[in-house]
Amino acid sequence: MAEKELLSQIRNLSVEYKTRLGQVSAVDSVSFDIYKGEILGLVGESGCGKSTMGKALMRMIQPPGKITGGQIIFQGEDIMTYDDNQMRDFRGRKVSMIFQDPMTSLNPTQRVDEHIIEAIQVHEPQVKIEEALKLAEKMIRKLGMQKRRMNSYPHQLSGGMRQRVMVGLGLVLNADLIVADEATTSLDVIVEAQLADQLKDIREEFGVSLLVITHNIALVAEISDRIVVMYAGHVMEIANVEPIFDNPLHPYTRGLLKSIPNIKLNDTEELYKMPGEPPNLTHPPSGCRFHPRCPRVMPICKVHGPDLTEVSPGRFVKCWLYIDHPEKESETIKVEA
Amino acid sequence: MSSSLRRFLITRILLTIPMVLILVTMIFFIMRVLPGDPIRSQLGPRVSEEQADALRERLGLNRPLYIQYFDFLWDMVTLDFGTALTQGERPIRDELGERLPATIELTIPAIAITALIGILSGAFAAKNRKKPIDYSIRLLSIAIYSIPIFFMGLIFQIIFAVRIPILPLSGRMDTLLLTQFESITNFYVIDAILTGNWPALRSALTHLIMPSITLGLALTGVFVRLTRVNMIEMLQSDFITAGRARGIPERRLVYKHALRNTFIPILTLLGLQFAILLAGAVLTETTFSWPGVGRYLVDRIELRDYTAVQATIGVFALFVALISLLMDIIYALIDPRIRY
Repeated sequence: MAEKELLSQIRNLSVEYKTRLGQVSAVDSVSFDIYKGEILGLVGESGCGKSTMGKALMRMIQPPGKITGGQIIFQGEDIMTYDDNQMRDFRGRKVSMIFQDPMTSLNPTQRVDEHIIEAIQVHEPQVKIEEALKLAEKMIRKLGMQKRRMNSYPHQLSGGMRQRVMVGLGLVLNADLIVADEATTSLDVIVEAQLADQLKDIREEFGVSLLVITHNIALVAEISDRIVVMYAGHVMEIANVEPIFDNPLHPYTRGLLKSIPNIKLNDTEELYKMPGEPPNLTHPPSGCRFHPRCPRVMPICKVHGPDLTEVSPGRFVKCWLYIDHPEKESETIKVEA
Repeated sequence: MSSSLRRFLITRILLTIPMVLILVTMIFFIMRVLPGDPIRSQLGPRVSEEQADALRERLGLNRPLYIQYFDFLWDMVTLDFGTALTQGERPIRDELGERLPATIELTIPAIAITALIGILSGAFAAKNRKKPIDYSIRLLSIAIYSIPIFFMGLIFQIIFAVRIPILPLSGRMDTLLLTQFESITNFYVIDAILTGNWPALRSALTHLIMPSITLGLALTGVFVRLTRVNMIEMLQSDFITAGRARGIPERRLVYKHALRNTFIPILTLLGLQFAILLAGAVLTETTFSWPGVGRYLVDRIELRDYTAVQATIGVFALFVALISLLMDIIYALIDPRIRY
C-alpha cells in the first residue's frame, strides 16, 4: 500500500467487567490504528479480549462490562463523546459488524430484503421502499447471490450466504469499517476460503476497511495487510503481515505461529504447545502479563510491564527484549552470573 | 394454500374427531358413575318410586346404557344435542344458543385485555430488566394474580358501580332496554349494531367493561411472566446484537424483532387460556350475573342433567380443537420456519 490514510485511532482503550470475583480488566489500555482500505487482523487466544475490543469499538459493551477509559477517534472525531443518537447513527452507517454464528445473527422471521430495507431506512428514513429495494437487489447481486434469494428467510440460506447477507447489510450504507468477529469460524473450510476471498474483493471494490477478529492465524496470514496480536487484554505486537510471519519478535507471537497445525508435519514432529494457560484477568500477573509463560523471561518482566514501542517503522512490540531500560541490563547480568 | 398446508389442515381436522369422541365418551360414563341422578335431583327424595320411574321412562333413561350412548353420539353428530333432562326440558341447542354467545362476548374482550396488558408490560419489564420498573411490574402482576377473581370483581363493583356510579353493576344490558331488544345472534353487541339500536349498543358495551376487565386482569400475571422470561432470552440473542450493531433503535429491536420471535410460546398459552376461559369464567359470570355458559354448566352438573352436561362439554371440545387449529395456522404465519 502506497500512501496510508488514517481511518481510526484507538488510544489507551480499557474495558472492565464487574464480576463477583472482582473487576476483570478484559482490555487494558489498548492502542492501535486502522487505516483506510486495509484489512487488519486482530488475533489472539480465546479470552484475550479481542471480541471485547471489537464490541468496544462500536461502544456496544453491555453491563456488567464498561469502557473505563481511552479514546476512539474515528475520522477525526472521538466517538466516546457521542450521545445515544449519534452513536446509533454511527453504528451501521460508519461501522458495521458481522458475527461468528451466521445461523443466529439474522432475524429468523424477516426476509433478506426486509433486513436490507430496514437497515437503509433506519438511517435514511427519506429513502422510499422501492429505492431501498433496488439498492438491496444491487447489493445482493454484487455479493454473488441470485436475486430470488431476496425473498428467502434466513433458515433457507446456507451459512456462507447468510454471512454474505450480513456483509451486505454493512455495505449497503457504505460503512467505512466492517468488524468481522470470528465471522468465518463456524463455516467449513471451503466456504471459509470463499468468504475470505470475498472479503478481499469487497475491500477492493468498496474501499472499506476490515477489522478481522479471529484466532485463526492462517486466515489472517491469507487476507490481512497488518496484524495486531493481543494477549490477556494487552496488545503484544503490531506489524505488517510478511515481517511478522518471517520474523516474529514477541515470544508470544512466536509461540502462536509455532502452534499452527501444518499438514506437512511428520509423525515424529509434534505440534508446539505453549506452556501454561492464559492468566485469570481478575488478578493479572504483575509486570508483563505474558511473563509466567514466556520462554525468554527476564527478572524485569516480573516487575515492570513494557510499553508498546515502535521498534522499526510500523512495527510495534511490547517486550523488554527490544526495549531499553536502565535496570534491564543490570538485572539480566545478575541472573546470568 | 400450499398442498402441504392443506394436508396438514385436513389431518388436523380429522384428528379432532377421535379427540372429541374420547372426551364425550368419558363425560358420558363419568356422569353416570357419579352419585345422584337427574330424577332425584329434581323430584326430591319424597316422591314415590312409580312417579320417578314414569319420569325416567319419559326421558328415556330406562333404556340400556349402550342405546343411550349411541343415541347421544348421534345427537352430537347431527349437532342436535337433544333436550335437557331438567329445568323445563328445553332443546339444548336453544339453551347453548343463548348462553354460549354471552360467554364468548365476555371472553373475547377479556382475552384481548390479557394479551395487550400482559404482553406489553412483560416486554417492557424485559427491556428494563433489573430496574425499579421491572420489579414493580412483576410485583403488581403477582399481586393481581393472587387476588381471587370474584373478590376483584366485588371491589370493582363497589368502586365503579356503588361509590362512583359510572358503570352498571351487573347483567348484560339495562332491563328496560332488554324488554324491547330484538336479539338475533344473542351476541348483544352485534345484535345492537345489526338493528341499529344505539342505546342498546351503548348499554351492552358499558355492561361489558367491568366483567371483561376483571376476567382479563386476572390472567395478565401469567402473560407478564411468560413474555418477560422469553423476551429476556430473545434480547440476548445474536440477531438482536447484530441489529443493534446496525444502528436499529432499541424500541424497534424490542417491540418488533424480539417480540415477534417470542410470540410462539405466548400464543400457545393464549390459545389454551382462551379455551379455559370459555368454561372457566364461572366466577366472573356469577359475580356479574352474566348469563353465560360457565354458570349453566355448573348448574347442570349439580342437577346431574346428563344430556346438558354432555352436550356442553362436547361443544367445548369442539371449540378447543378449533382454537388449537387456529393457533397452528397462526404459528406458520408468524414464523416462516414452521411449515407443515
